[in-house]
Amino acid sequence: MDLPPDPPLVLLEGVSKSFGAVRALTDVTLALAPGEAHALLGENGAGKSTLIKTLAGVHRPDAGRLLVDGEEARFSGPADAKAAGIAVIYQEPALFGDLSIAENVYTGRQPLRSGRRIDTRAMHADTTALFTRLGVVLDPARPARGLSIADQQMVEIAKALSFDARVVVMDEPTAALSAREVERLFAVVELLREQGAAVLFVSHRLDEVFSLCQRATVLRDGKHVWSGPLTGETPDGLVRRMVGRELSALFPKQDTEAGDVLLSVSRLTREGVFTDVSFDVRAGEIVGLSGLVGAGRSEVARAIFGIDGVDAGEVAVGGKPLRLGSPTAAMAAGIGFVPEDRRQQGLVVDASVERNVALASLGRLSWFGLLFGRGERRLAEDWAIKLSIKAGRLGAAVSTLSGGNQQKVVLAKWLSRRPSVLIVDEPTRGIDVGTKAEVHRLLSELASEGVAVLMISSELPEVLGMADRVLVMHEGRLVEEIARADATEERVALAAAGRSGAES
Amino acid sequence: MAERLRGFARWETALVVLLVLVAVVGQARTGGDFLDGGNLFYLGLDIGEVALIALPLTLVVVAGEIDLSVASVLGLSSAVMGELWNAGWTIEAIMPTVIVLGAVCGLVNGLLVTRLGLPSLAVTIGTLALYRGLALVVLGDGAVADFPSNFTQFGTTPVPGTWLPYPIVLCAVLAVGFAITLHASSFGRSVFAIGSNEEGARFSGIRVKRVKLLLFVLTGAMAALAGIVYTFRFSSARADNGVGLELAVVAAVLLGGVSIFGGRGSLGGVLAGVLLLGGLRNVLILDDVSTEVLTVVTGLLLLVSVLAPSLTARIRSTSTGRRSP
Repeated sequence: MDLPPDPPLVLLEGVSKSFGAVRALTDVTLALAPGEAHALLGENGAGKSTLIKTLAGVHRPDAGRLLVDGEEARFSGPADAKAAGIAVIYQEPALFGDLSIAENVYTGRQPLRSGRRIDTRAMHADTTALFTRLGVVLDPARPARGLSIADQQMVEIAKALSFDARVVVMDEPTAALSAREVERLFAVVELLREQGAAVLFVSHRLDEVFSLCQRATVLRDGKHVWSGPLTGETPDGLVRRMVGRELSALFPKQDTEAGDVLLSVSRLTREGVFTDVSFDVRAGEIVGLSGLVGAGRSEVARAIFGIDGVDAGEVAVGGKPLRLGSPTAAMAAGIGFVPEDRRQQGLVVDASVERNVALASLGRLSWFGLLFGRGERRLAEDWAIKLSIKAGRLGAAVSTLSGGNQQKVVLAKWLSRRPSVLIVDEPTRGIDVGTKAEVHRLLSELASEGVAVLMISSELPEVLGMADRVLVMHEGRLVEEIARADATEERVALAAAGRSGAES
Repeated sequence: MAERLRGFARWETALVVLLVLVAVVGQARTGGDFLDGGNLFYLGLDIGEVALIALPLTLVVVAGEIDLSVASVLGLSSAVMGELWNAGWTIEAIMPTVIVLGAVCGLVNGLLVTRLGLPSLAVTIGTLALYRGLALVVLGDGAVADFPSNFTQFGTTPVPGTWLPYPIVLCAVLAVGFAITLHASSFGRSVFAIGSNEEGARFSGIRVKRVKLLLFVLTGAMAALAGIVYTFRFSSARADNGVGLELAVVAAVLLGGVSIFGGRGSLGGVLAGVLLLGGLRNVLILDDVSTEVLTVVTGLLLLVSVLAPSLTARIRSTSTGRRSP
């Protein structure tokens, strides 16, 4: 691999990290040189966050070394990383809203005067000096609450400067910024570089990467794919490096004849989240909804199901308009929703398997609101067999089940209602390969029985294998619709990165 | 749940053991007076209001909320009762009016919690003061005591031929209704789901806000009913009736094994908790122990009931060698 021109400030060498059975990073190497802005690229789940958290001292690597200034460093917590001069600016900084800006910058290290009292005047003067260096105008005395995200980031950067950070990691800092704020941020990055700091810049926006960074590192599936200078590279080339994997697993979507439109979404808008989203899903179809994390995919699903309200637009199920903002109405219309966060949204994990399976069918199982007899148990037994749920007892808490079996419980909960429209958000996240194939087979069967399936997934092979059509969202808008025959990883990834016009 | 269920079953067993213990010790210390019919009648009278309010409050706590304004609703309904009687209303008209008033008090609590998203602890501490204050506005510091004896006898005499007080009969009937609601109805399933995981309940199509609102309304109405019972029992409508009773009710509910964090509990356990607290109090009174000691004992039991589940959980997790990350 290529080495940076100067001896690196920070060198991660052969770093591996696993969480349980999941290998988040495998033998990853990253070198940051003084005075460079270095882009860290990869798809969702490629290991970028884990790598950043390793640098920040949040995670300890299972294998590999971390060298700061050529000397091996072991971080036992974020404080050690900070002491070594590594600062991380997160997408949405967590400031103390009730403290002043200056107090936020100097949290825990306030300048003191006699009697251990905080020297407010000195603190404000120092903070103003930092902001002057950054070219930012902010009053150090005002409370941090109510600051824009861009200004919050500036406070974080001032904090980093105040303890002479030499490595500044920025995790998707521009995601929530306006164009002018992005410009200001870039000017600050240039300043940090001039002062000899290294900036690790994580962004999905390739145009920004090219205008700001000199070198880049690409991760894929937790492994190091490529590092090198950006001169001579093209955005499309980088996307290919990020995606470039062979379609190893095959997903068995049976061909079906698409029937009537069962779910029709038109001009759905939730201000600041997604805008003007329109699409149809027909009986027997699986429609994939793709895009980067934060593109608004799950939010659209939540709005259709009535969890969140919308500002404009309509949804119709089976031709009838749906009253939005009410999950009960959505369920009555025949929509089932397997949400993204299984433990928080999909299940009541402390309750038993049978209670969870029956939770969305209570009205049907009860007689004048009363639940006598074994209706819940029988429903759960029935679906436990159909989906081969492996649970010791149906009275056992769902939390005792494996992730895959938990997901089957969520599916059973909704399938037992015989929905005509099923929305699944990341249906196979965090479940083992065997169960994954079962879930895919199940979705395919449902489609062949005439259910309209909307599948949100961050896994491109899953989307390409399962979906009859792929819709791609980018920054809250539906930017492309790709038919099954034309869908390739590259095309979907380019559209998701907001570069749909740039293919070929 | 299996483990939880076992832990829970152990707690209910412990309650029964404690009840027997109180009875045996009470019997021994009082020379057989404790289980005497006459004493049991007074014990029953003594726990009537607490039991009536504990029924709906069990559901509120299982749903992850709390209502501390119950004793003030009791006081307000007592005061309004006295004022309406003075104004010449009949008891038959006063009783439903007062219960509706209690429901409105509960509705205010419920709306503040569900529509404004305020924590129920803060809201009901506020209304605890507000409703008690209103009671004083209505009736001042006077008392109305000339209620007709054909009504007050329900609070002072047992059901003919037994030692059972009327309020306990009323409680028993309502307890069956509440037990079915909590443990064998779709509404009860929703209450448990909301208490364990509110977001998950919402994603399952449960109308979380409506369920909570209903629970607060129900609690208000039951607290007003308890106010009527209290007024007849002492033949006296006063604004300061039942001051501090919320402590006894909350103690009984928690002692009965309902998790203060919601999602767990049973109505049977709460009834055992009410009996245990009332029995203990009764024994101590028969034994001539001062009321200060009584309050200390109530407080200690409350702490034990809150600590017990988390202590057993901690012991279990350290014994299995699991460490928190």
